[in-house]
Amino acid sequence: MSNASSTEPEIVYDKQGNPHEVIDFNNDYEGAKLGFWLFIFTEIMIFGAMFLVFGFYLFQFSPDFIAASEGLNRVLGGTNTFILLLSALSMGLSLVKLRNGKIDESKKFIWITIILATIFLTIKYFEWSHEIHIGIYPGSPTLDALSDGTKLFFGLYFTMTGLHGLHIIIGIGVMFWVLALINSGKITSTNFVVLENTALYWDLVHLVWVFVFPLFYLIY
Amino acid sequence: MSNVHKSFYDETHTVFGHHKNKILQWIFSIDHKRIALLYLFVMFAFFAVAVSTALVMRLELFSPGQDFIDPDTYNQAFTLHGVIMIFLFIIPGIPAVLGNFLLPLQLGARDVSFPKINLLSWWLYMLGALLAVTSLFIGDGFADTGWTFYAPYSIKTDTNVIWALSAAFILGFASILTGINFVVTIHRLRAPGMGFFKMPLFVWSLYATSWIQILATPVVGISLIMVILERTFGIGIFDPTKGGDPVLLEHMFWIYSHPAVYLMILPAFGIASEIVPTFCRKPIFGYHAIAISSAMIAGVGYLVWGHHMYTSGESEMIKLIFSALTFFVAVPTGVKFFDWIATMYKASIDFKTPMLWTVGTFITFIIGGLTGLIVASVGVDIYLHDTYFVVAHFHYAILGGVVFLMFAGMHYWFPKITGKMYNEKHAARAFYTIFIGFNLLWFPMFIAGMLGMPRRYFDYLPEFEIWHKLATIGSWVFALGLIYMFYTLYRGWRYGELAGPNPWNATTLEWQIPSPPQLPNFGEIPYVDYMPYEYKNGEPVRHLDLSVKEDKPHE
Repeated sequence: MSNASSTEPEIVYDKQGNPHEVIDFNNDYEGAKLGFWLFIFTEIMIFGAMFLVFGFYLFQFSPDFIAASEGLNRVLGGTNTFILLLSALSMGLSLVKLRNGKIDESKKFIWITIILATIFLTIKYFEWSHEIHIGIYPGSPTLDALSDGTKLFFGLYFTMTGLHGLHIIIGIGVMFWVLALINSGKITSTNFVVLENTALYWDLVHLVWVFVFPLFYLIY
Repeated sequence: MSNVHKSFYDETHTVFGHHKNKILQWIFSIDHKRIALLYLFVMFAFFAVAVSTALVMRLELFSPGQDFIDPDTYNQAFTLHGVIMIFLFIIPGIPAVLGNFLLPLQLGARDVSFPKINLLSWWLYMLGALLAVTSLFIGDGFADTGWTFYAPYSIKTDTNVIWALSAAFILGFASILTGINFVVTIHRLRAPGMGFFKMPLFVWSLYATSWIQILATPVVGISLIMVILERTFGIGIFDPTKGGDPVLLEHMFWIYSHPAVYLMILPAFGIASEIVPTFCRKPIFGYHAIAISSAMIAGVGYLVWGHHMYTSGESEMIKLIFSALTFFVAVPTGVKFFDWIATMYKASIDFKTPMLWTVGTFITFIIGGLTGLIVASVGVDIYLHDTYFVVAHFHYAILGGVVFLMFAGMHYWFPKITGKMYNEKHAARAFYTIFIGFNLLWFPMFIAGMLGMPRRYFDYLPEFEIWHKLATIGSWVFALGLIYMFYTLYRGWRYGELAGPNPWNATTLEWQIPSPPQLPNFGEIPYVDYMPYEYKNGEPVRHLDLSVKEDKPHE
């Protein structure tokens, strides 16, 4: 019903004659926000379940986990944390700029976010390839020779950072889509809910990392 | 044309603009009513497949020893039956078909909040279904783990477990999107004046269901992903040879899959809450109690998953806690039953087919529900665990509860969906056939289970033969009844008399518009400041005409 959104809002009257607006589902800002928050809940449940599994094995194999955590590169992990925080800032700024009507600046900040996210992935790539290079990856002979706790630590490490990395990749894709929507005039300074939800998603992605980072890199 | 109004069968909105092709107009439609029917046909196609698998299994079990399928095929058959019935039929079942069709109609809305995501859910559902079907024909065939995918066997077996897991994951994603869509719709698109406690009870049950879909499905989703990673990379999380704990998977699986049975039964209860007042011609007894008990079942249902694992290694204390919490779920369920029976008390009940199905369900579900308490008792369950008793309990609760009420709902809303009426006499006879076949099929399994017949076994000792023979004969009666019922509905759809907008004299909003509904659902959205089931002297208090008038289109 694309033509419904252009017409006047539909009004119904109660017995006393008071007007009540019928919400147009095609043009419902609060509905779109609510829906996205519910989606964020499901993401939290997914990562929450992973953290639960992590906690379960952390208590079972504390010494192994602490020893294995030593082997991770804290400088690279810390840099990544900083980069993601910066990217969350630039994402937020792009939303602010858009709402103020500064379309070009908003686009610029989205580009910055994309670049920061790509740097994050690149650093992640070097971390992973280093570990794979020294023979630490799920099912490798080197890892199978180590203790059970170490195997689980790295199993969880690759699963959780991989899942998080997947979210970053999806996020980059979404940002390109948002850029296209801005260019075609579908996202404007008054109709910005898609960008706002993207910013929400990006906040989730960086928040998850804020928990992933200390759990893997700083527990030693 | 006898029908002045154009219905949603004649015109639609599609996601990519206009299509000339009728099939494209259906599969790209973003109209909630068409999406509901898309689900309906695919779902019942899979239902037919799963019923056939079950018939094959029962036929194999007719007499001891190997008759015509080998043990490995048997394992794949029960896995296929379980996966299709659970993930492709029952979980999407009532919400995706009747919920999609009726939720906006009962709320007085023109569609769900996100029509395009609604269509996306169906496409994801189709993708999941396709994966499950493909895995039948490649490699070592369908998974043989049972629908629960317990590790370590699911990690070790050579069959296509990854396909089945991916299918279940994608179907879960479709289910999450439907849940989000429904919660937002219920929050945002109620007709003006309709507060939460003026919504029809079917909507209340969908609300509770959708929350379970949103909060529980992700947990099983990630667990299934971890099993996939376990098989492909060997991450070790559920693999005991690497220090992992297979029982952890059981926990994570049941954290979702136990609430999932409430996700199945709650919308079915919602259907019963619609049918009972309509055919008793009375306002429902305890409206608020029924509404809140749905939310309570959804809430407490989260905390009982451990009762599936009494024999998997849990501490004595936690067993007792899970057992006590499980007993507690029976309380809000009992509240609903007392409310329905109190509504029926002293009413002049009109035993039309939907009401027959509902009352039949009261019998079968009470058996299913109360035997649930028997298996929830720790001591008894140690004996009954993994026997036919559990199988019979589950099928009495889910087949005799959810599916029977789904059939009740299909008969009840059939005139609304098709605009035609089925033959009442044949529909009632189909019910009695199915009801007799059902009890003959499953009741002997309670006895066989008590005597110690284990579930999922390909063969059995001669002493169990009589019970297996009875059950197999029952399965034939049951299948004949199903064919009879679907044929009656098909005849009704093709050749039935026109039903008119409100054949049952029901009160909720979907009956105040033409059957089948028009594309924008309502001409004028009503102001709803009254309760959903208002009858006086056996007649609805209000008769509204909310159809779209030809001279005054709403846009």
